[in-house]
Amino acid sequence: MTALEEELSRIAGAVPDPELPVLTLEELGVMRGVHVTGPGRVEVTLTPTYTGCPAIEAMSSDIESALHAHGVPEVSVVTVLTPAWSTDDISEEGRRKLTEFGIAPPRPQGPAGGPVPLTLAIRCPHCGSTDTELLSRFSSTACKALRRCTACREPFDHFKEL
Amino acid sequence: MSTPDTSGSATAAVPVGAALALADDALVLSHRLGEWAGSAPVLEEEVALANIALDLLGQARVLLSLVGDEDELAYLREERSFRNVQLVEQPNGDFAHTIARQLYFSTYQHLLYARLASGDGPFAGLAAKAVKEVAYHRDHAEHWTLRLGDGTPESHERMSRACEALWRYTGELFQPVEGLDVDHAALESAWLESVADVLGRATLAVPSGPRTGAWSAGAGRQGLHTEPFGRMLAEMQHLHRSHPGASW
Repeated sequence: MTALEEELSRIAGAVPDPELPVLTLEELGVMRGVHVTGPGRVEVTLTPTYTGCPAIEAMSSDIESALHAHGVPEVSVVTVLTPAWSTDDISEEGRRKLTEFGIAPPRPQGPAGGPVPLTLAIRCPHCGSTDTELLSRFSSTACKALRRCTACREPFDHFKEL
Repeated sequence: MSTPDTSGSATAAVPVGAALALADDALVLSHRLGEWAGSAPVLEEEVALANIALDLLGQARVLLSLVGDEDELAYLREERSFRNVQLVEQPNGDFAHTIARQLYFSTYQHLLYARLASGDGPFAGLAAKAVKEVAYHRDHAEHWTLRLGDGTPESHERMSRACEALWRYTGELFQPVEGLDVDHAALESAWLESVADVLGRATLAVPSGPRTGAWSAGAGRQGLHTEPFGRMLAEMQHLHRSHPGASW
């Protein structure tokens, strides 16, 4: 990666996620690469969290705007599916910010993916209690489940392991 | 719809029939689940069914884009050109029918995608991603099956009726599809085992009726569909056909 590509990666990676604006795309782990393909021409590769995630189009146009504003006239954003994104790709800093935002971060998981057996407790992002219960497997977006803390009674979103 | 460029998964020589079979299953079921919007029994389920529909729509878009223009394929094909199994086009019925359809289909789709993901065929990339999403659909269907089957006499009766009614559409899931490099017989026995396990824990009997019928010979994969499908398609396609190129 050239110095220019590193610089452009930082700019594209600093774009906030459209649905979880506390996280940057870099922290979410969806940035796959930034390549200068010619003078004034940049290609950004991005991977969706979920196959049907509608935020991917907003992400693409936000990246284009950010790079245009930095003086890159031609930006193309390419979506790739492989290797598939996993919640393990969310950075430590990203997990910390999710908790701060009131969303329980995903638990680390093995290579198999899918639902995680309830051996690791999910901590309430409000009061810190591990005494929480599932209300619904799908919440405000496909990537979150709705839970309730039985200690402080507050409902909260949990970023599901994928 | 405008689709993201999925060049990462667009490998050479995608078998068209297989891509359409997978895509149409996902597209049609997505539309059926979307019909619950505004009328699901509780708000959480409304959101859950819409989220499952969205996952399926995303999968359909990727698959259709592998073999053509997604909008043309979704909105301008006639009924006989759709390759989905008849199970996914069945009307929602009551909530138990929707859950039974979800249990039968998501169990199949999960097993199928897991097999496709482990190979290196043209669908491996999508399958590796989608299998993780479908695991949640299956989990959702399983928990509702347990709750309804092992719930009140009313919910047990309705869940039992739904499982019986849709059973005849499950044989079709395991007809070999050209271009899908999968052992369909092994898939079928894994499916039967998994579904029987869930039904057993839900205090429901495994339906005893036939899993196909002479009347359905040929069936969805060959473009033969049940009566409700035409009406569903009319609703799904009418906006695009009446206002070509409409967008917002």
